[in-house]
Amino acid sequence: MDFVMTLAIIAIKITVVFGIVLFHVAYATYFERKIIGRMQARYGPMEVGPHGLLQPVADMIKLFFKEDIIPASADRPLFYIAPAIVVISAMTALSVLPFFDGFVIADINIGLLFLLVITSLSVYGIVIAGWSSNSKYSFLGGLRSAAQLISYEIAMGLSLVGVMLMAGSLNLSDIVRAQHQHPLGMFAFPQFLGFFVFVVAAFAETNRAPFDLPEAESELVAGYFTEYSGFRFAFFFLGEYVAMLTMSAVAALCFLGGWTIPMFMTNAMPFLSYVPGIIWFLVKVYAFMFFYYWIRATLPRYRYDQLMAIGWKVLMPLAFVNVLITAFVKRWL
Amino acid sequence: MLPKLFFGYFAAMITILSLLAITRKNLVHGIMWMLLLFVHIGGLYLFLNAEFIAAIQIIVYAGAILVLFLFVVLLLNVKEEFKGRRFISSWQGRGFVAAALLLGIMLVLQYAVIAPHGKYSIEYIQSETHTKVLGTVLFNEYVFPFMILALVLFVPMIAAVVLAVKGRKA
Amino acid sequence: MNPVPLTWYLMLGAVVFIIGVFGFLIRRNIIMMFMSIELMLNGVNISLLALSHYMQDMRGQVLVFFVIACAGAGVAVGLALVIAAFRNKPTPHMDEMDILKG
Repeated sequence: MDFVMTLAIIAIKITVVFGIVLFHVAYATYFERKIIGRMQARYGPMEVGPHGLLQPVADMIKLFFKEDIIPASADRPLFYIAPAIVVISAMTALSVLPFFDGFVIADINIGLLFLLVITSLSVYGIVIAGWSSNSKYSFLGGLRSAAQLISYEIAMGLSLVGVMLMAGSLNLSDIVRAQHQHPLGMFAFPQFLGFFVFVVAAFAETNRAPFDLPEAESELVAGYFTEYSGFRFAFFFLGEYVAMLTMSAVAALCFLGGWTIPMFMTNAMPFLSYVPGIIWFLVKVYAFMFFYYWIRATLPRYRYDQLMAIGWKVLMPLAFVNVLITAFVKRWL
Repeated sequence: MLPKLFFGYFAAMITILSLLAITRKNLVHGIMWMLLLFVHIGGLYLFLNAEFIAAIQIIVYAGAILVLFLFVVLLLNVKEEFKGRRFISSWQGRGFVAAALLLGIMLVLQYAVIAPHGKYSIEYIQSETHTKVLGTVLFNEYVFPFMILALVLFVPMIAAVVLAVKGRKA
Repeated sequence: MNPVPLTWYLMLGAVVFIIGVFGFLIRRNIIMMFMSIELMLNGVNISLLALSHYMQDMRGQVLVFFVIACAGAGVAVGLALVIAAFRNKPTPHMDEMDILKG
């Protein structure tokens, strides 16, 4: 009976998280177009619904009813599996994120390592999508994107090692609680190098500007998902935005304090401690997503060799130095 | 009953997947079956209370080594041409040798005797996390092999670059 | 204590190892032979972890850690060799690489 109860609670949590994240993904696309539009001195979507608020619904309906075209010489089983791998790995990462105190679907002791596992597995969706489409653009885009992903995984992992050293645990809830105990409140202040490396690596891991050469329209048609149409394309899109939300959530949890605010702020303004933790978490995630859109609207794209050079020659040594300094400080100070 | 069912599922899937992986004509399909196999082996490690090793298995084997295989197969366009058939012509004899080896190992395993228990009981590992216990053992008793492992990983990195870069006469 | 008996785990490890040996013996494609070597290493890892669990000793898990790292290094060098060999003769079949034959 106890077992059935636990299963039911987990099922309810999964439904809630799934629903809320899908809703966020839909409106993340809407807000991206609005915000980038405003930054370019134009309105974004304004037609569908008041101020364009029903635009995501219109997009989903359009994608759902598009014809499903498959290239004649494509490798069918792999062609079908590739979007599934992308979406499944993106969604599985949501199961270890603690949204507020006590609400996490799977409170495992290796939460941070699980996120690295998921990042490693999501490379396959892209390589297989590129290869199974049996077309030059897709293949090149897929290989480039996969090489970019595995290069920046290392820098991201090392920047998270710094956080793990400061918190003493791989459990994400414990990391947030350790930040609350720390006098500065957020690990972004002592770990500024690690935070910088993590932010740049997060941009590269989600194939977002300025690292979006694999899906740049002017260079590679549409990169690895050129041959995908209709609902399969929607899957890739969904996977990309869920990955963006996951990276924002990880940055909020590991570097910005998660559902807590620094103690010096609560001491200065006592009314802040009555705000529920989920609000702080959402504020931090939304701020990070706004940063994603801001960077996309502002910076030009990196060339592929510059991109790889940054990952290996700049970010990885910086992350190493960060880990060394953190370990030194923790051990002897 | 339930643990035995879980183990039965993992064992059956691991056997079937490994057989599928080595008998595919299309190399990329074989690599994909192997990916699924490694994820199942990682699951089996979780079943044995070794969560850190399970994560390392998937990150290193499934996420790095297999990606390396996939890149080499895709970039070099390695295909199984029809001139050489999938299996060597004498595969029945070799299969018989492998089966005989398996029978021999299984007969010997019946006589396995477990040595006296060490001090890292499962409750101890679960109270302090597995990562911490593994780290304690690794960095207290096996520091020297760990340093040598760093060298073992460093030298092949240089060797791979030297061997694979075009334009060198090495 | 896990209700699954230890010999089941050891037999699974042996089966995976023998399937790796079988794959190595019957396939003549260089990449498939490499993958069979990885299968053999995984079979050994399964046996090591099962024994470490049942003997309640951590040395098996430390050895698994080392085996995984060395397997990675081995694959890196092996595939670099494959790439270098491909420059001379672009075929994956081992039987055609016979220039040094007497």
